Amino acid sequence: MIEAVQGWFQRLYETTGLNFTVFYDPYDWNRYIGGLRMTLLLSVTTILASLVIGAVGALLQSGPSRLLRGLVNGFVVVFRNTPPLVQIFFFYFGLGTLLPALRTADGLRIPLLDNVQWAILSLSLFAGAFNVEIFRSGIEAVPRTTAEAAEALGYTRFKAYRHVVLPLALRVCLPALNNNLINLLKTTTLAYAIAVPETLYAVKQIWSESQNVLEMMLVLLATYAVLVGLLVWIMHRWERALRIPGYGR
Amino acid sequence: MSGPDRPGGLPVLLPFVAPRSEARLRPAHAWLLCGLGTVALPAWAQAGTASLPPLEVVLKWAPLLLTGFAFNVAISLMAMLLGTLAGTGLGLAMLAEGAVLRRVAWAVTQVFRNVPWLVLLFFVMFLVPFQVTVFGLRVPLPDWVKATFGFSLPVMANVAEIVRGAVRSVPTTQWEAAESLAFTRRQILWRIILPQCAKRMLPPWMNVYALIAMATVQASIVGVTEMLTLTAQVHAAEGGRPELFAPLYGFALLCFFLYCYPIDRLTARLERRFETR
Repeated sequence: MIEAVQGWFQRLYETTGLNFTVFYDPYDWNRYIGGLRMTLLLSVTTILASLVIGAVGALLQSGPSRLLRGLVNGFVVVFRNTPPLVQIFFFYFGLGTLLPALRTADGLRIPLLDNVQWAILSLSLFAGAFNVEIFRSGIEAVPRTTAEAAEALGYTRFKAYRHVVLPLALRVCLPALNNNLINLLKTTTLAYAIAVPETLYAVKQIWSESQNVLEMMLVLLATYAVLVGLLVWIMHRWERALRIPGYGR
Repeated sequence: MSGPDRPGGLPVLLPFVAPRSEARLRPAHAWLLCGLGTVALPAWAQAGTASLPPLEVVLKWAPLLLTGFAFNVAISLMAMLLGTLAGTGLGLAMLAEGAVLRRVAWAVTQVFRNVPWLVLLFFVMFLVPFQVTVFGLRVPLPDWVKATFGFSLPVMANVAEIVRGAVRSVPTTQWEAAESLAFTRRQILWRIILPQCAKRMLPPWMNVYALIAMATVQASIVGVTEMLTLTAQVHAAEGGRPELFAPLYGFALLCFFLYCYPIDRLTARLERRFETR
Protein backbone atom coordinates (compact mmCIF):
# COMPACT_ATOMS: atom_id res chain seq x y z
CA MET A 1 0.00 0.00 0.00
CA ILE A 2 2.64 2.50 1.10
CA GLU A 3 4.98 1.32 -1.65
CA ALA A 4 2.19 1.79 -4.19
CA VAL A 5 1.63 5.40 -3.10
CA GLN A 6 5.34 6.12 -3.08
CA GLY A 7 5.76 4.52 -6.48
CA TRP A 8 2.86 6.55 -7.89
CA PHE A 9 4.32 9.86 -6.71
CA GLN A 10 7.77 8.87 -7.97
CA ARG A 11 6.26 8.14 -11.38
CA LEU A 12 4.33 11.44 -11.21
CA TYR A 13 7.67 13.19 -10.75
CA GLU A 14 9.31 11.33 -13.63
CA THR A 15 6.43 11.87 -16.04
CA THR A 16 5.16 15.38 -15.16
CA GLY A 17 7.95 16.94 -13.11
CA LEU A 18 5.65 17.51 -10.11
CA ASN A 19 7.98 16.67 -7.26
CA PHE A 20 5.96 15.79 -4.15
CA THR A 21 8.98 14.62 -2.15
CA VAL A 22 6.95 14.28 1.05
CA PHE A 23 5.00 11.38 -0.38
CA TYR A 24 7.90 9.18 -1.47
CA ASP A 25 10.91 10.33 0.53
CA PRO A 26 10.64 8.92 4.07
CA TYR A 27 13.00 11.61 5.44
CA ASP A 28 10.82 14.47 4.16
CA TRP A 29 7.69 12.59 5.20
CA ASN A 30 8.94 12.27 8.77
CA ARG A 31 9.81 15.94 8.86
CA TYR A 32 6.37 16.88 7.56
CA ILE A 33 4.63 14.63 10.09
CA GLY A 34 6.78 16.10 12.85
CA GLY A 35 5.67 19.59 11.81
CA LEU A 36 2.05 18.50 11.68
CA ARG A 37 2.38 17.02 15.15
CA MET A 38 3.84 20.27 16.46
CA THR A 39 0.99 22.28 14.89
CA LEU A 40 -1.52 19.95 16.53
CA LEU A 41 0.26 20.24 19.88
CA LEU A 42 0.30 24.04 19.61
CA SER A 43 -3.36 24.19 18.56
CA VAL A 44 -4.72 21.83 21.19
CA THR A 45 -2.79 23.32 24.10
CA THR A 46 -3.45 26.94 23.12
CA ILE A 47 -7.15 26.27 22.49
CA LEU A 48 -7.57 24.66 25.92
CA ALA A 49 -5.48 27.28 27.71
CA SER A 50 -7.25 30.17 25.98
CA LEU A 51 -10.64 28.72 26.91
CA VAL A 52 -9.57 28.59 30.56
CA ILE A 53 -8.20 32.14 30.38
CA GLY A 54 -11.43 33.29 28.77
CA ALA A 55 -13.67 31.65 31.38
CA VAL A 56 -11.61 32.83 34.35
CA GLY A 57 -11.22 36.32 32.89
CA ALA A 58 -14.95 36.65 32.29
CA LEU A 59 -15.62 35.52 35.88
CA LEU A 60 -13.21 38.13 37.26
CA GLN A 61 -14.58 40.77 34.91
CA SER A 62 -18.07 40.32 36.29
CA GLY A 63 -16.80 40.05 39.84
CA PRO A 64 -17.03 42.56 42.67
CA SER A 65 -13.32 43.46 42.84
CA ARG A 66 -12.65 46.70 40.97
CA LEU A 67 -8.92 46.06 40.91
CA LEU A 68 -9.28 42.63 39.27
CA ARG A 69 -11.83 44.03 36.83
CA GLY A 70 -9.45 46.79 35.84
CA LEU A 71 -6.57 44.37 35.40
CA VAL A 72 -8.62 42.01 33.22
CA ASN A 73 -9.87 44.94 31.14
CA GLY A 74 -6.35 46.22 30.65
CA PHE A 75 -5.12 42.76 29.64
CA VAL A 76 -7.97 42.36 27.13
CA VAL A 77 -7.48 45.80 25.59
CA VAL A 78 -3.71 45.47 25.25
CA PHE A 79 -3.69 41.97 23.81
CA ARG A 80 -6.51 42.64 21.36
CA ASN A 81 -4.94 45.75 19.90
CA THR A 82 -1.34 44.72 19.35
CA PRO A 83 0.04 42.40 16.66
CA PRO A 84 0.39 38.78 17.84
CA LEU A 85 3.78 38.50 16.15
CA VAL A 86 5.19 41.41 18.16
CA GLN A 87 3.68 39.84 21.29
CA ILE A 88 5.52 36.60 20.56
CA PHE A 89 8.78 38.47 20.00
CA PHE A 90 8.25 40.54 23.13
CA PHE A 91 7.68 37.42 25.21
CA TYR A 92 10.34 35.22 23.68
CA PHE A 93 13.16 37.75 23.26
CA GLY A 94 12.16 40.44 25.74
CA LEU A 95 10.92 38.48 28.75
CA GLY A 96 12.77 35.29 27.88
CA THR A 97 16.14 36.98 28.29
CA LEU A 98 15.10 38.76 31.48
CA LEU A 99 14.09 35.53 33.22
CA PRO A 100 16.78 33.78 35.19
CA ALA A 101 18.24 30.87 33.27
CA LEU A 102 19.67 27.56 34.39
CA ARG A 103 23.21 26.61 33.52
CA THR A 104 24.54 23.20 32.68
CA ALA A 105 27.78 21.85 34.07
CA ASP A 106 29.58 23.22 30.99
CA GLY A 107 28.21 26.70 31.64
CA LEU A 108 25.74 26.48 28.76
CA ARG A 109 22.69 28.69 29.22
CA ILE A 110 19.39 26.82 29.32
CA PRO A 111 16.39 29.16 29.26
CA LEU A 112 13.64 28.56 31.78
CA LEU A 113 11.06 28.22 29.00
CA ASP A 114 12.00 27.08 25.49
CA ASN A 115 10.60 28.56 22.29
CA VAL A 116 7.70 26.10 22.07
CA GLN A 117 6.56 26.96 25.59
CA TRP A 118 6.86 30.69 24.93
CA ALA A 119 4.84 30.29 21.73
CA ILE A 120 2.13 28.37 23.62
CA LEU A 121 2.10 30.99 26.38
CA SER A 122 1.87 34.05 24.15
CA LEU A 123 -0.63 32.53 21.71
CA SER A 124 -2.84 31.43 24.63
CA LEU A 125 -2.80 34.92 26.09
CA PHE A 126 -3.57 36.45 22.69
CA ALA A 127 -6.55 34.18 22.02
CA GLY A 128 -7.56 34.27 25.69
CA ALA A 129 -8.02 38.05 25.51
CA PHE A 130 -10.52 37.58 22.69
CA ASN A 131 -12.21 34.73 24.59
CA VAL A 132 -12.75 36.93 27.66
CA GLU A 133 -14.76 39.35 25.51
CA ILE A 134 -16.66 36.50 23.85
CA PHE A 135 -17.57 34.85 27.16
CA ARG A 136 -18.57 38.23 28.57
CA SER A 137 -21.02 38.79 25.73
CA GLY A 138 -22.39 35.30 26.37
CA ILE A 139 -22.79 36.01 30.10
CA GLU A 140 -24.64 39.23 29.36
CA ALA A 141 -27.07 37.24 27.24
CA VAL A 142 -27.97 34.95 30.16
CA PRO A 143 -31.17 36.30 31.70
CA ARG A 144 -30.56 37.97 35.05
CA THR A 145 -33.49 36.05 36.47
CA THR A 146 -31.57 32.81 35.90
CA ALA A 147 -28.61 34.00 37.92
CA GLU A 148 -30.98 35.30 40.58
CA ALA A 149 -32.77 31.96 40.73
CA ALA A 150 -29.44 30.24 41.26
CA GLU A 151 -28.64 32.64 44.07
CA ALA A 152 -32.06 32.02 45.59
CA LEU A 153 -31.24 28.33 45.61
CA GLY A 154 -28.20 29.08 47.72
CA TYR A 155 -25.46 28.83 45.10
CA THR A 156 -22.34 30.77 45.90
CA ARG A 157 -21.17 33.21 43.23
CA PHE A 158 -18.52 30.83 41.91
CA LYS A 159 -20.82 27.78 41.97
CA ALA A 160 -23.59 29.71 40.21
CA TYR A 161 -21.08 30.78 37.57
CA ARG A 162 -19.69 27.31 37.09
CA HIS A 163 -22.94 25.33 37.12
CA VAL A 164 -25.57 27.76 35.83
CA VAL A 165 -24.27 30.87 34.07
CA LEU A 166 -21.22 29.55 32.23
CA PRO A 167 -22.95 26.51 30.66
CA LEU A 168 -25.70 28.77 29.31
CA ALA A 169 -23.28 31.51 28.23
CA LEU A 170 -21.12 28.96 26.45
CA ARG A 171 -24.04 27.90 24.28
CA VAL A 172 -24.84 31.49 23.38
CA CYS A 173 -21.31 32.43 22.40
CA LEU A 174 -20.28 29.23 20.63
CA PRO A 175 -20.48 30.72 17.09
CA ALA A 176 -18.19 33.61 18.05
CA LEU A 177 -15.92 31.20 19.93
CA ASN A 178 -15.82 29.05 16.84
CA ASN A 179 -14.44 31.93 14.77
CA ASN A 180 -11.85 32.82 17.35
CA LEU A 181 -10.56 29.27 17.75
CA ILE A 182 -10.23 28.91 13.97
CA ASN A 183 -8.34 32.18 13.98
CA LEU A 184 -6.11 30.81 16.72
CA LEU A 185 -5.35 27.70 14.67
CA LYS A 186 -4.29 29.96 11.82
CA THR A 187 -2.24 32.16 14.14
CA THR A 188 -0.13 29.18 15.28
CA THR A 189 1.85 29.65 12.03
CA LEU A 190 3.41 32.73 13.66
CA ALA A 191 5.41 30.40 15.91
CA TYR A 192 7.49 29.92 12.76
CA ALA A 193 9.11 33.27 13.53
CA ILE A 194 10.76 31.95 16.69
CA ALA A 195 11.83 28.70 15.00
CA VAL A 196 9.18 26.41 16.44
CA PRO A 197 9.27 23.43 14.05
CA GLU A 198 5.57 23.48 13.10
CA THR A 199 4.06 22.68 9.71
CA LEU A 200 5.07 25.88 7.92
CA TYR A 201 8.62 25.58 9.25
CA ALA A 202 8.95 21.92 8.22
CA VAL A 203 7.49 22.57 4.78
CA LYS A 204 9.81 25.54 4.24
CA GLN A 205 12.79 23.34 5.10
CA ILE A 206 11.63 20.70 2.65
CA TRP A 207 11.14 23.15 -0.21
CA SER A 208 14.46 24.85 0.30
CA GLU A 209 16.25 21.51 0.09
CA SER A 210 14.23 19.85 -2.66
CA GLN A 211 13.50 22.96 -4.75
CA ASN A 212 9.81 22.15 -5.04
CA VAL A 213 8.15 25.35 -3.81
CA LEU A 214 4.93 25.05 -5.81
CA GLU A 215 4.26 21.45 -4.82
CA MET A 216 4.96 22.04 -1.14
CA MET A 217 2.80 25.19 -1.22
CA LEU A 218 -0.07 23.05 -2.44
CA VAL A 219 0.57 20.51 0.31
CA LEU A 220 0.65 23.37 2.83
CA LEU A 221 -2.65 24.86 1.61
CA ALA A 222 -4.29 21.43 1.66
CA THR A 223 -2.96 20.74 5.16
CA TYR A 224 -4.43 23.92 6.61
CA ALA A 225 -7.68 23.48 4.70
CA VAL A 226 -8.03 20.01 6.27
CA LEU A 227 -7.04 21.21 9.75
CA VAL A 228 -9.49 24.12 9.69
CA GLY A 229 -12.19 21.86 8.25
CA LEU A 230 -11.55 19.37 11.05
CA LEU A 231 -11.84 22.06 13.72
CA VAL A 232 -15.05 23.42 12.17
CA TRP A 233 -16.49 19.91 12.11
CA ILE A 234 -15.56 19.26 15.77
CA MET A 235 -17.01 22.61 16.85
CA HIS A 236 -20.25 21.96 14.98
CA ARG A 237 -20.52 18.54 16.57
CA TRP A 238 -19.94 20.13 19.98
CA GLU A 239 -22.47 22.85 19.23
CA ARG A 240 -25.10 20.25 18.34
CA ALA A 241 -24.28 18.13 21.38
CA LEU A 242 -24.65 21.13 23.69
CA ARG A 243 -27.88 22.40 22.17
CA ILE A 244 -30.76 22.84 24.60
CA PRO A 245 -34.16 22.69 22.89
CA GLY A 246 -35.91 26.03 23.24
CA TYR A 247 -32.84 27.93 24.41
CA GLY A 248 -31.17 30.22 21.94
CA ARG A 249 -31.46 29.55 18.28
CA MET B 1 -24.45 39.21 38.13
CA SER B 2 -24.56 40.25 41.73
CA GLY B 3 -23.30 43.78 41.98
CA PRO B 4 -21.28 45.13 44.87
CA ASP B 5 -23.88 47.85 45.48
CA ARG B 6 -26.60 45.55 46.75
CA PRO B 7 -28.31 46.62 49.96
CA GLY B 8 -28.72 43.91 52.54
CA GLY B 9 -27.66 41.01 50.33
CA LEU B 10 -31.17 39.77 49.56
CA PRO B 11 -31.30 38.43 46.02
CA VAL B 12 -34.74 39.84 45.29
CA LEU B 13 -35.94 43.18 43.96
CA LEU B 14 -32.53 44.26 42.78
CA PRO B 15 -32.28 47.69 41.21
CA PHE B 16 -31.79 47.60 37.46
CA VAL B 17 -28.16 47.84 36.49
CA ALA B 18 -27.27 48.55 32.88
CA PRO B 19 -24.95 45.92 31.42
CA ARG B 20 -21.32 46.92 31.79
CA SER B 21 -19.70 48.21 28.63
CA GLU B 22 -16.95 46.22 26.96
CA ALA B 23 -13.32 46.26 27.97
CA ARG B 24 -11.79 49.69 27.54
CA LEU B 25 -9.09 51.83 29.03
CA ARG B 26 -9.92 53.97 32.01
CA PRO B 27 -7.91 56.58 33.93
CA ALA B 28 -7.02 53.87 36.45
CA HIS B 29 -4.98 52.08 33.77
CA ALA B 30 -2.89 55.20 33.20
CA TRP B 31 -2.14 55.37 36.93
CA LEU B 32 -1.18 51.71 36.94
CA LEU B 33 1.17 52.32 34.02
CA CYS B 34 2.73 55.30 35.77
CA GLY B 35 3.28 53.17 38.86
CA LEU B 36 4.97 50.45 36.81
CA GLY B 37 7.06 53.12 35.08
CA THR B 38 8.37 54.59 38.32
CA VAL B 39 9.43 51.10 39.40
CA ALA B 40 10.97 50.11 36.07
CA LEU B 41 12.65 53.34 34.97
CA PRO B 42 15.33 53.53 37.68
CA ALA B 43 16.20 49.90 36.95
CA TRP B 44 16.61 50.74 33.26
CA ALA B 45 18.49 53.93 33.91
CA GLN B 46 21.22 52.27 35.93
CA ALA B 47 21.64 49.31 33.59
CA GLY B 48 25.26 49.49 32.48
CA THR B 49 27.33 52.62 32.93
CA ALA B 50 29.37 52.38 29.73
CA SER B 51 26.45 51.82 27.34
CA LEU B 52 23.29 53.86 26.88
CA PRO B 53 20.35 53.02 29.16
CA PRO B 54 17.49 51.25 27.33
CA LEU B 55 15.11 54.19 27.40
CA GLU B 56 17.61 56.49 25.71
CA VAL B 57 18.29 53.84 23.08
CA VAL B 58 14.59 53.77 22.23
CA LEU B 59 14.43 57.57 22.08
CA LYS B 60 17.57 57.74 19.95
CA TRP B 61 16.21 55.33 17.36
CA ALA B 62 12.56 56.37 17.57
CA PRO B 63 12.62 58.41 14.30
CA LEU B 64 13.90 55.43 12.31
CA LEU B 65 11.47 53.02 13.98
CA LEU B 66 8.58 55.40 13.39
CA THR B 67 9.50 55.59 9.70
CA GLY B 68 9.24 51.82 9.66
CA PHE B 69 5.88 52.04 11.36
CA ALA B 70 4.68 54.57 8.76
CA PHE B 71 5.70 52.06 6.10
CA ASN B 72 3.59 49.41 7.86
CA VAL B 73 0.62 51.77 7.83
CA ALA B 74 1.18 52.51 4.14
CA ILE B 75 1.25 48.79 3.29
CA SER B 76 -1.93 48.20 5.27
CA LEU B 77 -3.74 51.10 3.56
CA MET B 78 -2.77 49.92 0.07
CA ALA B 79 -3.67 46.31 0.88
CA MET B 80 -7.01 47.48 2.23
CA LEU B 81 -7.73 49.51 -0.91
CA LEU B 82 -6.86 46.63 -3.25
CA GLY B 83 -8.63 44.08 -1.08
CA THR B 84 -11.79 46.15 -0.78
CA LEU B 85 -12.07 46.66 -4.53
CA ALA B 86 -11.49 42.98 -5.28
CA GLY B 87 -13.60 41.87 -2.33
CA THR B 88 -16.62 43.91 -3.36
CA GLY B 89 -16.46 42.29 -6.79
CA LEU B 90 -16.08 38.85 -5.25
CA GLY B 91 -18.92 39.46 -2.80
CA LEU B 92 -21.24 40.54 -5.59
CA ALA B 93 -20.15 37.49 -7.59
CA MET B 94 -21.27 35.34 -4.66
CA LEU B 95 -24.74 36.89 -5.07
CA ALA B 96 -24.79 36.49 -8.86
CA GLU B 97 -27.65 34.72 -10.57
CA GLY B 98 -25.44 32.29 -12.46
CA ALA B 99 -24.83 29.19 -10.36
CA VAL B 100 -21.32 28.56 -11.73
CA LEU B 101 -20.06 32.06 -10.95
CA ARG B 102 -21.62 31.87 -7.50
CA ARG B 103 -19.98 28.54 -6.70
CA VAL B 104 -16.57 29.63 -7.93
CA ALA B 105 -16.73 32.88 -5.97
CA TRP B 106 -17.81 30.97 -2.86
CA ALA B 107 -14.93 28.51 -3.20
CA VAL B 108 -12.37 31.32 -3.69
CA THR B 109 -13.68 33.13 -0.62
CA GLN B 110 -13.55 30.01 1.54
CA VAL B 111 -9.99 29.15 0.50
CA PHE B 112 -8.60 32.63 1.14
CA ARG B 113 -10.48 32.99 4.41
CA ASN B 114 -9.36 29.68 5.86
CA VAL B 115 -5.68 29.67 5.01
CA PRO B 116 -3.33 31.35 7.52
CA TRP B 117 -2.29 34.83 6.42
CA LEU B 118 1.37 33.98 6.77
CA VAL B 119 0.93 31.03 4.41
CA LEU B 120 -0.75 33.32 1.84
CA LEU B 121 2.13 35.74 2.23
CA PHE B 122 4.66 32.96 1.56
CA PHE B 123 2.55 31.90 -1.39
CA VAL B 124 2.72 35.32 -3.01
CA MET B 125 6.34 36.00 -2.10
CA PHE B 126 7.63 32.75 -3.56
CA LEU B 127 5.37 32.19 -6.53
CA VAL B 128 5.03 35.71 -7.96
CA PRO B 129 8.07 36.61 -10.09
CA PHE B 130 10.27 39.55 -9.07
CA GLN B 131 9.54 41.28 -12.34
CA VAL B 132 6.89 40.99 -15.03
CA THR B 133 7.12 41.85 -18.70
CA VAL B 134 4.13 43.76 -20.06
CA PHE B 135 4.27 44.55 -23.81
CA GLY B 136 8.05 44.27 -23.82
CA LEU B 137 8.27 46.64 -20.85
CA ARG B 138 9.94 45.17 -17.81
CA VAL B 139 8.17 46.13 -14.60
CA PRO B 140 10.10 45.25 -11.45
CA LEU B 141 8.04 44.03 -8.50
CA PRO B 142 9.87 44.92 -5.28
CA ASP B 143 9.16 42.74 -2.28
CA TRP B 144 6.92 45.28 -0.54
CA VAL B 145 4.60 45.37 -3.58
CA LYS B 146 4.35 41.60 -3.43
CA ALA B 147 3.72 41.76 0.33
CA THR B 148 0.95 44.31 -0.21
CA PHE B 149 -0.59 41.98 -2.76
CA GLY B 150 -0.22 39.09 -0.33
CA PHE B 151 -2.06 41.00 2.40
CA SER B 152 -4.82 42.11 0.05
CA LEU B 153 -5.83 38.46 -0.61
CA PRO B 154 -7.21 37.72 2.88
CA VAL B 155 -8.73 41.24 2.94
CA MET B 156 -10.49 40.42 -0.30
CA ALA B 157 -12.01 37.24 1.09
CA ASN B 158 -13.11 38.89 4.34
CA VAL B 159 -14.59 41.92 2.57
CA ALA B 160 -16.42 39.59 0.17
CA GLU B 161 -18.01 37.85 3.14
CA ILE B 162 -18.96 41.22 4.69
CA VAL B 163 -20.56 42.41 1.44
CA ARG B 164 -22.48 39.18 1.07
CA GLY B 165 -23.70 39.28 4.65
CA ALA B 166 -24.76 42.92 4.38
CA VAL B 167 -26.67 42.40 1.14
CA ARG B 168 -28.35 39.34 2.62
CA SER B 169 -29.43 41.36 5.64
CA VAL B 170 -31.47 43.81 3.55
CA PRO B 171 -35.13 42.77 3.74
CA THR B 172 -36.45 40.94 0.68
CA THR B 173 -39.29 43.44 0.44
CA GLN B 174 -36.75 46.05 -0.68
CA TRP B 175 -35.88 43.87 -3.67
CA GLU B 176 -39.52 43.23 -4.43
CA ALA B 177 -40.51 46.89 -4.14
CA ALA B 178 -37.68 47.89 -6.46
CA GLU B 179 -38.61 45.17 -8.94
CA SER B 180 -42.21 46.35 -8.97
CA LEU B 181 -40.92 49.83 -9.84
CA ALA B 182 -39.27 48.26 -12.91
CA PHE B 183 -35.66 48.72 -11.87
CA THR B 184 -33.24 46.30 -13.50
CA ARG B 185 -31.20 43.98 -11.29
CA ARG B 186 -28.07 46.09 -11.67
CA GLN B 187 -29.95 49.27 -10.81
CA ILE B 188 -31.50 47.65 -7.75
CA LEU B 189 -28.12 46.50 -6.50
CA TRP B 190 -26.25 49.77 -7.06
CA ARG B 191 -28.94 52.33 -6.33
CA ILE B 192 -31.08 50.68 -3.68
CA ILE B 193 -29.42 47.78 -1.91
CA LEU B 194 -25.74 48.77 -1.68
CA PRO B 195 -26.38 52.31 -0.34
CA GLN B 196 -28.31 50.74 2.51
CA CYS B 197 -25.52 48.23 3.11
CA ALA B 198 -22.72 50.76 3.34
CA LYS B 199 -23.67 51.68 6.88
CA ARG B 200 -23.85 48.07 8.00
CA MET B 201 -20.57 47.19 6.38
CA LEU B 202 -18.54 49.98 7.97
CA PRO B 203 -17.88 48.46 11.46
CA PRO B 204 -16.82 44.98 10.26
CA TRP B 205 -14.79 46.61 7.49
CA MET B 206 -12.91 48.66 10.08
CA ASN B 207 -12.35 45.49 12.09
CA VAL B 208 -10.71 43.91 9.07
CA TYR B 209 -8.56 47.02 8.67
CA ALA B 210 -7.34 46.80 12.27
CA LEU B 211 -6.49 43.13 11.72
CA ILE B 212 -4.56 43.83 8.52
CA ALA B 213 -2.70 46.73 10.14
CA MET B 214 -1.55 44.37 12.86
CA ALA B 215 -0.71 41.64 10.34
CA THR B 216 1.68 43.81 8.31
CA VAL B 217 4.51 43.02 10.75
CA GLN B 218 4.44 39.49 9.34
CA ALA B 219 6.12 40.94 6.25
CA SER B 220 9.34 41.01 8.25
CA ILE B 221 9.34 37.20 8.26
CA VAL B 222 9.56 37.14 4.46
CA GLY B 223 12.24 39.80 4.33
CA VAL B 224 10.44 43.11 3.76
CA THR B 225 12.13 45.94 5.66
CA GLU B 226 9.46 47.28 7.98
CA MET B 227 9.20 48.13 11.65
CA LEU B 228 10.08 44.73 13.13
CA THR B 229 13.02 44.27 10.77
CA LEU B 230 14.29 47.71 11.74
CA THR B 231 13.77 46.88 15.42
CA ALA B 232 15.97 43.80 15.08
CA GLN B 233 18.60 45.83 13.20
CA VAL B 234 18.55 48.57 15.84
CA HIS B 235 19.01 45.93 18.49
CA ALA B 236 22.04 44.55 16.65
CA ALA B 237 23.43 48.05 16.11
CA GLU B 238 23.28 48.72 19.84
CA GLY B 239 25.50 45.74 20.51
CA GLY B 240 22.80 43.07 20.84
CA ARG B 241 22.42 43.52 24.56
CA PRO B 242 19.69 41.16 25.82
CA GLU B 243 18.13 43.75 28.14
CA LEU B 244 17.32 45.90 25.08
CA PHE B 245 14.85 43.40 23.63
CA ALA B 246 11.98 44.23 25.99
CA PRO B 247 12.04 48.04 25.55
CA LEU B 248 12.49 47.87 21.77
CA TYR B 249 9.70 45.36 21.17
CA GLY B 250 7.66 47.16 23.82
CA PHE B 251 8.01 50.31 21.73
CA ALA B 252 6.67 48.43 18.68
CA LEU B 253 3.75 47.15 20.79
CA LEU B 254 3.04 50.70 21.95
CA CYS B 255 3.02 52.10 18.39
CA PHE B 256 0.56 49.50 17.17
CA PHE B 257 -1.56 49.88 20.27
CA LEU B 258 -1.82 53.66 19.85
CA TYR B 259 -2.81 53.14 16.23
CA CYS B 260 -5.27 50.25 16.62
CA TYR B 261 -7.00 51.09 19.90
CA PRO B 262 -8.76 54.25 18.60
CA ILE B 263 -9.92 52.28 15.56
CA ASP B 264 -11.28 49.61 17.91
CA ARG B 265 -13.14 52.19 20.02
CA LEU B 266 -14.55 53.91 16.95
CA THR B 267 -15.73 50.58 15.55
CA ALA B 268 -17.47 49.73 18.82
CA ARG B 269 -19.14 53.13 18.91
CA LEU B 270 -20.36 52.89 15.32
CA GLU B 271 -21.65 49.39 15.99
CA ARG B 272 -23.67 50.61 18.95
CA ARG B 273 -25.03 53.56 17.02
CA PHE B 274 -26.19 51.51 14.05
CA GLU B 275 -27.61 48.81 16.29
CA THR B 276 -30.22 51.00 17.93
CA ARG B 277 -31.68 52.19 14.66
